[in-house]
Amino acid sequence: MHSGIQLSQTDARPMYLQIMEQIRRRIALGDWPPGREIPSIRALAAELRISVITVKRAYEELESEGVIVTRHGKGSCVADKVALSTDLQEAELEEHLVAAANIARMLQLSEDELIARLRRARRNLPKK
Amino acid sequence: MNSKYVEMNAVRKEFRFFRLEDVTLELEPGQIMGFVGPNGAGKSTTLRLLMGLIEADAGNVRVLGHEMPRAQRIAKRDIGFVTDDMQLFPHATLDWHMRFAASVYPRWDERYATALVDRFGLRRAQLVKGLSHGERVKAVLLLALARRPRLLVLDEPTAGLDPVARHEVLHELTEVMLDEDRAIIFSSHNTVDVERISDRITFIDRGRIVESSDKETFLERWRRLQLQMRPDASLPELSQVVECKVNGQLATLTTNHFTPELADRLRDAGASILEIQRMSLEEIFVANVMHHRKVRAQ
Repeated sequence: MHSGIQLSQTDARPMYLQIMEQIRRRIALGDWPPGREIPSIRALAAELRISVITVKRAYEELESEGVIVTRHGKGSCVADKVALSTDLQEAELEEHLVAAANIARMLQLSEDELIARLRRARRNLPKK
Repeated sequence: MNSKYVEMNAVRKEFRFFRLEDVTLELEPGQIMGFVGPNGAGKSTTLRLLMGLIEADAGNVRVLGHEMPRAQRIAKRDIGFVTDDMQLFPHATLDWHMRFAASVYPRWDERYATALVDRFGLRRAQLVKGLSHGERVKAVLLLALARRPRLLVLDEPTAGLDPVARHEVLHELTEVMLDEDRAIIFSSHNTVDVERISDRITFIDRGRIVESSDKETFLERWRRLQLQMRPDASLPELSQVVECKVNGQLATLTTNHFTPELADRLRDAGASILEIQRMSLEEIFVANVMHHRKVRAQ
């Protein structure tokens, strides 16, 4: 089973986070429906040419988030109920807001200036 | 029953100008260990001790449950050893070497060997003396892999290879790990390769093990922090800080044991944390070796 997961060497995030995000995305898009079996840890490690421990870590974290379920000796599959697309985007938004607030402080922007910049960015978004 | 594939315990080996001291290593089945150190650190000596090619002055070495070097003949049936100075016969073909290996090793897998010839872009009928450096490395690796040994011991397997050949070799090594009863220990100073495929990482410098741990732990514990200091503030002495460079109001701090509590203590001391950066294995390696040299000099 080919996972279609691609890791980027120029992505500054650690590999296990990249794997987690790509699996979440596949599930969020519906490509991997609930109950679907996902590649075993060793199979995915060999496919991505990375260490087993890295894939194991990604799977363990996804399991603790309730995204996948691992049954002993039977491999892993997508959890029955995953409410993840909004959670995922919420978390991403939060992360970017914190980063923006941080940079704004370094640039010594006032709160009003930061909010004005955010408004401008929203106005400049391409129309849907 | 002993489940460890490699066990070195407090091993010492003295040469006239070099001493390996207190080397302790463990490798379990199903794992790849990357063994990293500067030139002359003792990587090859350690691997040779492990293979029973030289005998330790003190400590013990067990491989696949066999005591080395005493039981090396039995142990070596299930070990594939690849080193740069491995001699192939220059006037024999790759095919001759493959048939020879097939006659010596009962577990030789001819189908896998044939597939590897193809994947590595080698030609069976070619004489060894006509092979490029990269082809020779791949040929030696092929001869070891097709025996399907439980343990592969590889001394600098990717040194001097071009990116495509390196990619092919790393692919075969990760493919070996589909079988959880096999293990690989390989030395390298290419930290990118090590960071990518290793489950465990051991750093060695000047004949001593600097640190040995699983890769994720290494990558999680080391952080570089960019701090802005209040003009009146000074940083406390913290044991988990291995390096601190102050430049005006800014400070860059490297820690080998990052925790949220460390961040809190820095804030209490009057620092605001501008950024917390992850470090690549190469950066961790250099910082770790430098720190240990400093500690040992004290």
